[in-house]
Amino acid sequence: MELSTKQQEKQAAKAVRQLSTIKHMGLGKWMSQIGWRHVVGIVVVIYALFPIVYIISGSVNPGGTLTSGNRLFPGFTFDNYIALFTDPYRPFADWFKNTLYVSTVASLGSVFLSSLAAYAFSRMRFIGRRVGLLSLILFQMFPQILALVAIFGLLVEIGKVFPAIGNGTHIGLILVYLGGALGGNTYLMYGFFNTIPKELDEAAKIDGATHTQIFFGMILRLTAPILAVIFLLSFIGLSSDFILASILLEKPEDKTLAVGLYGYIADKMNQEWTIFAAGAVLASLPIVGLFLYLQKYIVSGLTGGAVKG
Amino acid sequence: MAKTELEPTTKPAKVKIRRGQLDDGGTPSLHGTIIKIILLGLVDAAALFAFMSLISQSNFGIAALLAGVTLLMNFVYLKRGLLPGKYLMPGLIFMAIFQVYVVGFSGYIAFTNFGGGHMSSKEDSITAIQQSSAFPVEGATVYPLTVVENAENKPFYLITINDDPEHLKVLVGGKDVPLAEVTGATIEEGKAVEAPGYTEMKFKEFADRQDEILPMRVFLNDGSGLFYKTPNGEDATQYQDKVIFNATEDSVLRVEDQVLFTDRGHGAYESADGEMILPGWRAEVGFDNFVKAVTNERIREPLLMVTLWTFAFALLTVFFTFAMGLGLAMLFNDERIRGRKIYRIAMVLPYAFPAFLSALIWQSMFNRKEGFINQVILGGMDISWLSDPTLAKVAVLLVNFWLGFPYMFLIATGALQSIPAELTESAKIDGASAWQQFRYVKLPLLLVSVSPLLIGSFAFNFNNFTLIYLVTGGGPKVVEADMNVGHTDILITLVYKIAFNTGSGANYGLASAFSILIFLVVGTISYIGFRRTRTLEDVN
Repeated sequence: MELSTKQQEKQAAKAVRQLSTIKHMGLGKWMSQIGWRHVVGIVVVIYALFPIVYIISGSVNPGGTLTSGNRLFPGFTFDNYIALFTDPYRPFADWFKNTLYVSTVASLGSVFLSSLAAYAFSRMRFIGRRVGLLSLILFQMFPQILALVAIFGLLVEIGKVFPAIGNGTHIGLILVYLGGALGGNTYLMYGFFNTIPKELDEAAKIDGATHTQIFFGMILRLTAPILAVIFLLSFIGLSSDFILASILLEKPEDKTLAVGLYGYIADKMNQEWTIFAAGAVLASLPIVGLFLYLQKYIVSGLTGGAVKG
Repeated sequence: MAKTELEPTTKPAKVKIRRGQLDDGGTPSLHGTIIKIILLGLVDAAALFAFMSLISQSNFGIAALLAGVTLLMNFVYLKRGLLPGKYLMPGLIFMAIFQVYVVGFSGYIAFTNFGGGHMSSKEDSITAIQQSSAFPVEGATVYPLTVVENAENKPFYLITINDDPEHLKVLVGGKDVPLAEVTGATIEEGKAVEAPGYTEMKFKEFADRQDEILPMRVFLNDGSGLFYKTPNGEDATQYQDKVIFNATEDSVLRVEDQVLFTDRGHGAYESADGEMILPGWRAEVGFDNFVKAVTNERIREPLLMVTLWTFAFALLTVFFTFAMGLGLAMLFNDERIRGRKIYRIAMVLPYAFPAFLSALIWQSMFNRKEGFINQVILGGMDISWLSDPTLAKVAVLLVNFWLGFPYMFLIATGALQSIPAELTESAKIDGASAWQQFRYVKLPLLLVSVSPLLIGSFAFNFNNFTLIYLVTGGGPKVVEADMNVGHTDILITLVYKIAFNTGSGANYGLASAFSILIFLVVGTISYIGFRRTRTLEDVN
């Protein structure tokens, strides 16, 4: 309660400040202090957006190429979007579902596994702690592409014992992704966990809390914004993974968006760029949506501001 | 400071708790223990199931490993204490299976000749050599054949020699049983279909057993080395071998010029002057691959060039994306700016767009003839972005800046906002200029929280396969180089090309040796880097 009134006050103050800035400053001063920021901002926004505008323009282009007549939006049609959902050999809707499923489960698992490890590294002192932390980072640097042969062979072997998690299954792919979880995120979280004062742990311990209660009830809650951010980052990374998914998933209806969409332009003789563009626009929607939804956390809490003050 | 000094006196004497007692994790709650037992039970059940199926497949090595890991896990979770183990175990298991094992496997492969032409075992290789060795004798007659079986269901060839239609000669022979003439055969339409002791094989059975029957060689009884083979089970003709395999001497003799090929430890039968009969087999070749990578000038020079570019690429990317992200974050870290939210969303969109799609889109935009950049942005210029060595590098970097700056913008914004305002305010009161506030207050604090992310970003870009592979494919090709290497190739794409090269044949062995070398180099540099920056030190 206290927090929300504090926030309301803050917002009100901000609105007043914004309204009164130009009046108080005068245009020249406004330009030199704030206006130029808008100019830079607009330039950057153009740089950031033009490839995206280009792809949106391509996705509604009636022709087969992305730009006809070298103009953006030379025509307007939804045919490409319709084509995506009506091709029985390329089940776009299934790809979409698969991507959401695989990326969500793998990201959640990855956040969980790495937060466990980060807690150990941040709060406990044990032999091999430093070496362990360092090796996590080093293993991450191993060129994974080369590992394809080994990973594929491994999943084939696993499939012989547990067909449900072998190669060609989504769970198998998720397991492989989880294998990279520690290397990718632990170090990041370790940094954030370190920003939570250890005195809080000590106080909780004195109050009789167990280590699991401290971890789940305190650390995870306090770092929730960071966990959300790391979830988002892994979701983004995993949903655009191409190589592993293309090697491990075989059936058309099992593919993920990245692998499936590549099929539209893989054949150099017959590239269907406009349908690809439509697919790309749709494929980016969940991530953009998730991003907007988690925005609050991302910008406010990324470096563990939650406990300061 | 004052607070810590006061602490001992303000702390009530009653709550004096020994450190060890505090750190053993406290007294576990009942429902926590129940959850733990259930989870552990489930995992144990799965492990037991896997263990049984591994045993039934006589996969004892892996079964033992599984048992060991499961026992260790139970030990760690059931014993009181061992807290770090409890928290690290789940992630470590996944990591051990899918990363450590994989690195180890590649380490092993680096010492073999695994690759195109050396894929399987020596037995498979001998079978393949023998099968491809047979070729029909020139001008040999084709005779009718019936596939028959004896009382023991062994397949035999019943061949009707019909050179003289009046006096048919019927021969029978099988695997390891040379051809012999047989009398009293049943002849139908000029073809022997059965003989005493041999019955015609039903078509269905033939179809089922054709993998056994068709490769069969039935030798003539004259020691000439000629044999009959059938392509279809209907007729047969004389064949001879190009090469003869000698199992006792473990050698292969080429009939044509009597050259002897022996196993010289390179994973193939090899003649005295180094000629190999392929397919060979997977063999351990010691340090051959490493020696090749380091001493062969035609490999070493491109490798060096690619290594330099890889570092340049990763460092430039991290530096510029961070500079840009930080700059923008500071620019917009001012509450007086209107529409900050909209700017933020627009700037972060490139990051939200799947990177792999963006790479493809940029690749199409850089197209020389129809690309958006030449045609629209540069008003119809004719710049060959992706085929000029320097421009291709610029293009790749431009794309990567575009992909990377939103991420840096995000983390810099977050980091900036977490810096307590009191710090900058007190610096301001002390008379620090805006630059001094940034340089001596904000930046050091920023770097503490952001440097792990920067190192992560460096590692990611060091191995940014997707970008290079999809935007330039590593091209344009280096003309002088002996191998397939391009000006924008980074180490990982180079390794990929060697490993899965379709042109000169896949060479996993050499590729693995490369990755091990890369791994050592990067590992050492990062290790030194970490020691230097002391990012591994505790924050306080």
